[in-house]
Amino acid sequence: MEKNKTKNRREFIQGGVRLSLSLALGGISGMAVSSAIKDDYVWQIDPFLCTQCGKCATDCIMAPSAVKCVHAFDLCGYCDLCGGYLKPDANEQSTAAENQLCPTAAIERKFIEEPYFEYHIDEDLCMGCGKCVAGCTSFGNGSMHLQIVHDICLNCNQCSIAQVCPSDAISRVKASEAYKVKGDFTNKPEV
Amino acid sequence: MVINIMKKLKYIFITFYFLLSTFYLFSQEQRFPKPEFETGYEQPSTITPEPRALALEYFDVLILIIVLSLASYFALKKRSRQGILWLSVFTLLYFGFYRNGCICSIGSIQNVVQSFFDPAYSISVTALLFFIIPLIFTLFFGRTFCGGACPLGAIQDLIVVKPISLPKWLNKTLGLIPYIYLALAVLFAATGTDYIICRYDPFVGIFRMDAKFHMVVLGISFLLMGMFVARPYCRFLCPYGVLLSWMSRFSKWHLSITPAACIQCKLCTNSCPFDAIDFPTNEKEVIKSGLGPKRFITYAVIIPLWVAAGIFVGAKSHTFLSKANPDVYLAELLISQPELKNDPENIDIETFLASGKSMETLVEEAEAIRADFYIGSMIAGGFIGLVIGFTLLNTVVFRRRQDYEPHKGNCFSCSRCQDYCPVEK
Ligand code: SF4
Ligand code: SF4
Ligand code: SF4
Ligand code: SF4
Repeated sequence: MEKNKTKNRREFIQGGVRLSLSLALGGISGMAVSSAIKDDYVWQIDPFLCTQCGKCATDCIMAPSAVKCVHAFDLCGYCDLCGGYLKPDANEQSTAAENQLCPTAAIERKFIEEPYFEYHIDEDLCMGCGKCVAGCTSFGNGSMHLQIVHDICLNCNQCSIAQVCPSDAISRVKASEAYKVKGDFTNKPEV
Repeated sequence: MVINIMKKLKYIFITFYFLLSTFYLFSQEQRFPKPEFETGYEQPSTITPEPRALALEYFDVLILIIVLSLASYFALKKRSRQGILWLSVFTLLYFGFYRNGCICSIGSIQNVVQSFFDPAYSISVTALLFFIIPLIFTLFFGRTFCGGACPLGAIQDLIVVKPISLPKWLNKTLGLIPYIYLALAVLFAATGTDYIICRYDPFVGIFRMDAKFHMVVLGISFLLMGMFVARPYCRFLCPYGVLLSWMSRFSKWHLSITPAACIQCKLCTNSCPFDAIDFPTNEKEVIKSGLGPKRFITYAVIIPLWVAAGIFVGAKSHTFLSKANPDVYLAELLISQPELKNDPENIDIETFLASGKSMETLVEEAEAIRADFYIGSMIAGGFIGLVIGFTLLNTVVFRRRQDYEPHKGNCFSCSRCQDYCPVEK
């Protein structure tokens, strides 16, 4: 008899606490849901904030990095003297490896017609160091820029590059608009 | 020197563009306009591979629910260690190696916290579901999530070789670490500083087969340790385990060692690798130890002291903790070593100087963050003090137990003990 009573009391208390815990869980999810979005997030670089510091190549959890140079052909001037392809002090304008800016020779150059060339980035070779981006941005149109490429990126809960990016250029974007490719110059919000 | 000139040139360029753009608002001002091709060359389009489809993310949630249901069924109804074992293997392969351990319920604590404190961040539904579903299941069935659905738990569970039993005081003391870890993780997520649970996840590098060297070392040492001290991360670190254990203590149903009445055969006493089985109370020992109401009252009375001590320690350590925040760190560095401004090697400082942000703004921001840390550390410290106080109090509370029972808070619902019980259904 005594025992039953204690047991009942304990069950009653347990039930009460269980109810309050569920209410707490409900409250937390309710509050979180009010700001939740259906879409998922992915990480992306804002090319207008990025300063090509080079950390993208070293701080991604993937090796080589999930950050790659992408080429916005819309913007490209198809320059013969490509600031992203050739070192600024290249003594000859030959495409010899020592004249190329890219440390892994990931940029392929294709002749189109005199005097224009198409520049294409080999994603398997690119390691996201941003050297070409810096070159293209200072001497050319800035059509080359860094982006997190989503078939490689694991979409870490916290991107480890975002944590160290000195320009705060990496942020979460909606998965439905997963890239910030430079379209044309009018996309630039302000300078 | 050259760099400086180039920088100046760049600014001149930029100003020039700015002027131009105010004139021709919608025209393109490329330095080198796109050529008109004569050979009919067609410009390729920029390649942008899509991220993983949203439907697949929801599929993961579905898998989680299925695995949790199966784990609960195996642990409570079917009483099958085999079933839980195969479920762990699946979880390890799917959530671990295939999904690379991201997103996981443990890390999702931080997403939930950030969504409360950072108005610019809104949590994605999948992350929220990963946080909440295991907790709900635990409230009803005990920690079956840990038994079968957590990839971190699974990898540790599958390598248990020869578990040693730790003394009770050690278990209790080390068991405080998860509370501290949880408090710090919440503090860092709330102040937008870092996701430490993700950064120091020892196993994620193994799932990805790729990590920084020190993380690999950490992961492997955890695995080696885990062969003898079963599930070290779960018992002495996992911050999600704290929440799960709260839920589990009040779970409606929980696995029991025996399917019917316990016959006191003692066969299960050493079956739990995690020291999670409570033995029947030994009345004689209780009386002999002299732990009575007096001790209880003393411990209850000093709880506020523990809290106060925690708040004090929190307040004292907030300066140190806030250094983990990159803004605070940068501001401090620039104030203490202004000569670093001329060091072209320091990328962070160089970028800050080039960004045109003023020193005052930076210091202001850093001070605001530090103020948040001040309050946050005190709350975290108070919380830890409270936990220590209650843990102590718990050591002198004796609940009469006649049978061998799993400790509802600490049991991972792995079903091992059930195999040892000779009682038939
Ligand atoms: S870390 Fe930031 S600034 Fe540096 S290259 Fe990457 S996105 Fe650009
Ligand atoms: S220079 Fe760097 S970023 Fe550019 S293509 Fe080469 S590896 Fe990629
Ligand atoms: S989210 Fe992870 S994988 Fe993707 S770029 Fe950042 S660190 Fe690399
Ligand atoms: S205690 Fe933590 S790491 Fe271990 S199984 Fe449970 S949730 Fe996973």
